[in-house]
Amino acid sequence: MIPSRTERLSGWGRYPVAECRVYRPEKVSELAEVIASPADGGVIARGLGRAYGDAALNEGGAVVSHLRLDRMLAWDDAAGVLECEGGVALGDVADALLPRGWFLPVVPGTRHVTVGGAIAADVHGKNHHRDGTFGRWVDEISLLTPGLGPLRCSRDAEPDAFRATLGGMGLTGAIVRAKLRLMRVESAFVAVDTLPLRDLDDALGRFADADAHRYSVAWIDALAAGKALGRGVLMQADHAPSSAVPGDPFARPKRGARRLPFGLPAGALNRVTVGVFNRLYRAAHRARTGALEPLERWMWPLDAVADWNRMYGRRGFVQYQLVVPPDRTDALRAILERAARSGQASFLAVLKRFGPAGEGLLSFPMEGWTLALDFPAAPAVIAMLREMDRIVADAGGRVYLAKDAVMDAATFAAMYPAADAFRAVRRELDPAGVLTSSLARRVGLA
Amino acid sequence: MPERARGTVLVAGATSAIARAVAAELARRGHALVLAARDAGEAEAVAADLRVRHGISARAVAFDALDFASHVAFAERVIADEGDSLAGVVVALGWMGDGDASKHDADEARRTIDVNLTAVVSLLTPLADHLETRRAGFICVVSSVAGDRGRQSNYVYGAAKGGLSVYLQGLRNRLHPAGVRVVTVKPGFVDTRMTFGRGRFLVASPARVARGIVRAIDRGADVVYLPGFWRPVMLAIRAVPERIFKRLKL
Repeated sequence: MIPSRTERLSGWGRYPVAECRVYRPEKVSELAEVIASPADGGVIARGLGRAYGDAALNEGGAVVSHLRLDRMLAWDDAAGVLECEGGVALGDVADALLPRGWFLPVVPGTRHVTVGGAIAADVHGKNHHRDGTFGRWVDEISLLTPGLGPLRCSRDAEPDAFRATLGGMGLTGAIVRAKLRLMRVESAFVAVDTLPLRDLDDALGRFADADAHRYSVAWIDALAAGKALGRGVLMQADHAPSSAVPGDPFARPKRGARRLPFGLPAGALNRVTVGVFNRLYRAAHRARTGALEPLERWMWPLDAVADWNRMYGRRGFVQYQLVVPPDRTDALRAILERAARSGQASFLAVLKRFGPAGEGLLSFPMEGWTLALDFPAAPAVIAMLREMDRIVADAGGRVYLAKDAVMDAATFAAMYPAADAFRAVRRELDPAGVLTSSLARRVGLA
Repeated sequence: MPERARGTVLVAGATSAIARAVAAELARRGHALVLAARDAGEAEAVAADLRVRHGISARAVAFDALDFASHVAFAERVIADEGDSLAGVVVALGWMGDGDASKHDADEARRTIDVNLTAVVSLLTPLADHLETRRAGFICVVSSVAGDRGRQSNYVYGAAKGGLSVYLQGLRNRLHPAGVRVVTVKPGFVDTRMTFGRGRFLVASPARVARGIVRAIDRGADVVYLPGFWRPVMLAIRAVPERIFKRLKL
């Protein structure tokens, strides 16, 4: 057996913390060894640890890091198809292929997400309304399953396994490799329009026009209540054609993130400090059109501060992202009101309009409004999130598993009607339940 | 993108974490690569990765460190295939196993010596002759700080690496007149399979060590400790008198 070590791990929100045995295979055969001879307590894959909650934790069991299985295996420059291992970071794909005029059609808010993680959470970007989820651009996945061994799945071959793996939180098999379709871009820049939003009605109304752009997302001041509820800034962007870029269209900004030297004391983020930040943020985002911005800085703004997850201090935070159907803006309003009333400062509130749901059985996005909030991981907050869960479930919406740290099995069952279909696939791919995680047990998936 | 094509480097033991990182650093500089490892499938994955990321030419070849009889033919084939474009050799063969096993199991002890010392000498013999004749190129070998002083915890591994370091000293002495550089790399603890889960502190990332290795090749260093703080540390450890050292638990 390959070496392991015991670590206290957490997701990006630093809550909860779990003690797990960690394996880190450097060869595919070593990964197969870990999957084939299940240690006590089962195993779950772990990438760069950017899931916020407990999706890549396995209290009392093992996690298998894919970070040394990060090889790009084939690149077809004519078709724009990349075959790579699950441990490749999306940022590395950009480093390798953006200079050649290719970019991933769907990326989440950070470059530090692995391909395997992006598939397992079926992540979305600011362009879901046009381009769907990450999974839509995946042509084939090679899994290592405990039940059936190596299994290649696609829309044609083993389509059930494919649909279960997109958004399947790593519970169908270890994602060894995948084939991804990239899109051509003429430059490494986007042209950004910025628009202030007066209130929630203004925000919701503006999203109708935002559909004309590839990327659109609104930042909402989650402390604003009453008439100002939903006050914020709408940002829309499109890839800049090379003709719009003075100089080298593929010139890229220097990276080098600033680091937060230490975790802030708990309570440093409060109504006052976040209120000041939000006011400054709004002031800094006056109405502008067509401002050229480096693609990566626009896509991955938070990567500029390396350890921003330490801002909430030791106790950590929970990120809460929900989606409700298009006509349930009342639920959206109720959630925002509840957050504003709580006095728990949400540093970031992000609002966006999702397009139609994709193919993954447990994929989060569905047509409607999505809102992401984050809160310190305090008991009062957990209680509030349970209230919010109920509002979301009653509205026919759901909460994002890759961020969640709170929901219970009953709530999950109400939010994810395809869970039974997922379990049926899982019974074939992993009959003994080797693949398991703290999340899977909490919501009753394993 | 590579600034310009440079010579080919043969990397032996190419699937180890250090070798992978060195290969990536060389690829970034535009070197073509021949990646030799026992697991040819893994070596091909590493080669493919470097081709995709860096647009260089890289190929995988099968090489079994313990199949000594095959080494001369292996080296001759690489020399024939690459001809004058062979710029140098990086050897990153290594096997630590379980230190306790090699103390009490003669087979395990021999395997440790064979992979870390015998195989390297066996592979380098024909390659050194070739580079000496051509009067060009470099040989860079990953030894270890463990070879600087025998300690109860892993002295068989240490003996192999110590023997390797002495071999390289002699080789450097011999090849100096021919203008062939011989670089001995002595890494401390590196974050690889060898140290994972063994509770070591001060582990350096393979990428950091690889940058140091390629820098050492560039400037023609003789012996380089990586990270550099290991040089004074090992100086101090070597300076402890044996009659005291034998009582220590290191």
